[in-house]
Amino acid sequence: MAKGPYSDKVMDHFMNPRNMGEITDANGIGEVGNPACGDVMKIFLKINDDQICEDVKFKTFGCGAAIASSSMATELMIGKRVDELLALTNQAIVDALDGLPPAKIHCSVMAEEAIEEALKNYFKSKGQDPAVVDEMKAKIKKEN
Amino acid sequence: MIYLDNVAGTKPDARVVEKMLPFYTEHYGNPSAHFYPIGREAFEAMEAARGEVASFINAKAEEIVFTSCGTESNNLAIKGFLKNSKNTGKHIIISEIEHFSVDSTVTKLINDGYEITKLRVDDSGLVNPDDLKKALRKDTALVSIQHTNPEIGTMQYTDQLGAVCREAGVAFHVDAVAAAGFSELDVKALNCDMLSIASQNFYGPKGAAALYIREGVKVSGLMDGGHQERGYRSGTENVPAIVGMGEAARIAKAEMGVWVPELVRLQKQLWDGLGGMFDFLHFTGNKDRRRPGHVSFWIEYIEGESLLMWLSLKGFACASGSACSSNILAEDEEDLAASYVLTAVGVPSDICAGSLGMSMSKYNTQDDIDNVLKVMPETVQRLCEMSPMYNRK
Ligand code: FES
Repeated sequence: MAKGPYSDKVMDHFMNPRNMGEITDANGIGEVGNPACGDVMKIFLKINDDQICEDVKFKTFGCGAAIASSSMATELMIGKRVDELLALTNQAIVDALDGLPPAKIHCSVMAEEAIEEALKNYFKSKGQDPAVVDEMKAKIKKEN
Repeated sequence: MIYLDNVAGTKPDARVVEKMLPFYTEHYGNPSAHFYPIGREAFEAMEAARGEVASFINAKAEEIVFTSCGTESNNLAIKGFLKNSKNTGKHIIISEIEHFSVDSTVTKLINDGYEITKLRVDDSGLVNPDDLKKALRKDTALVSIQHTNPEIGTMQYTDQLGAVCREAGVAFHVDAVAAAGFSELDVKALNCDMLSIASQNFYGPKGAAALYIREGVKVSGLMDGGHQERGYRSGTENVPAIVGMGEAARIAKAEMGVWVPELVRLQKQLWDGLGGMFDFLHFTGNKDRRRPGHVSFWIEYIEGESLLMWLSLKGFACASGSACSSNILAEDEEDLAASYVLTAVGVPSDICAGSLGMSMSKYNTQDDIDNVLKVMPETVQRLCEMSPMYNRK
């Protein structure tokens, strides 16, 4: 069969999304919208006392690339520390998916942003200033 | 695969393909070469095809110019007419739901000093002939309004729009690409001066299309060269495709009366079936004045591209007007935009998202429609479960 615009990995995650759903007792929830196409991605986190991501789930209203990006993101997130989650870039998601068409890169950016939002929400729920997320993110960017 | 994207092009009729083949293998001469048999054969076959296409739309053979595609016919009609217009008017009227090949063509003409009026459509996609009357000005040079919209299926009151133009003495072009083979086209009854049709939309091959130019209407060719098509279109003709188009026109004229009622019947089933399935599915286009076999809609909470992809995985080929699916080969996201047709009929642009079009052909069967109706609930359910908007209702 002729190949479509997406890689096999994208198609696999689109057809069998990993970790799709909600976490009722999540301690970090992030929702972002995509101004380019009006789409929405929501990420639910469960971070334990050692700051390890124990569980993550997602819900996405969006294209095939957006669904695959969120699914892949959750796979890359489980078991990671908070600072490692923040180091997860959209490029890493794109690479793990064996690439996305240029017009669809922004869908993976939406996943990176949703993680950020969810972590801000997590720190807030811990009574901390969510701005630490921005600081950590800036530091990671500098190191790279 | 069940093919439900027939507005994008139909499967060629086997008789069409058969008729074309000898023009690749035996009668491969250039139709401008009149002094040896294989050239003359090509010429004669092309002229026979011209006759078939003319009779298909109730025109004379001399009023038919062959082109390569619907886009070219629309470009030739608009630019060719204005190039030659005795009318020095600089005002053009179109509707806000024209095909790109009309919309972008007139938009570019703004650079040449033309003013464009885009007539509003109501929320079923119809242009009101009174609005056209009011929009006409002394300096209106041309009106171009499509017959059938490929995305939402709505068919205009073309004859009435044409009558308004006739009365005002303004030239009227009709893009009937999505209509040919699905609605009867009679250029006299439609009161038009020019009309575009494309072979691939009525069971003919890609690569052949036509522009009807009413006798006496002046149009200049856009391509300079060897004066083929009486100067309307220089360049060697695509003889096999033109022969195929002629055969497709002959078949359509003879057999439309059989396939159109069947398409209307299947369309009603699909419409009623989908309508009864979810209360968050909304149809687009006019329910009564629509292309036979065409059903279009949008679904709240779910996005069009994922719906399209999922249906494709289950073996259904459909179309979507969502921003996400709009231009997947583009260089960046700036080129993604929700369909202006859907926005014009009042679908919120972030929602154009969940839009889907299914357009049947004479090859679709009862089983096809039963199958669509069977997979839709599970598909929509699955995408709803994935959607962060769904629970909020
Ligand atoms: S989410 Fe709209 S293009 Fe990917």
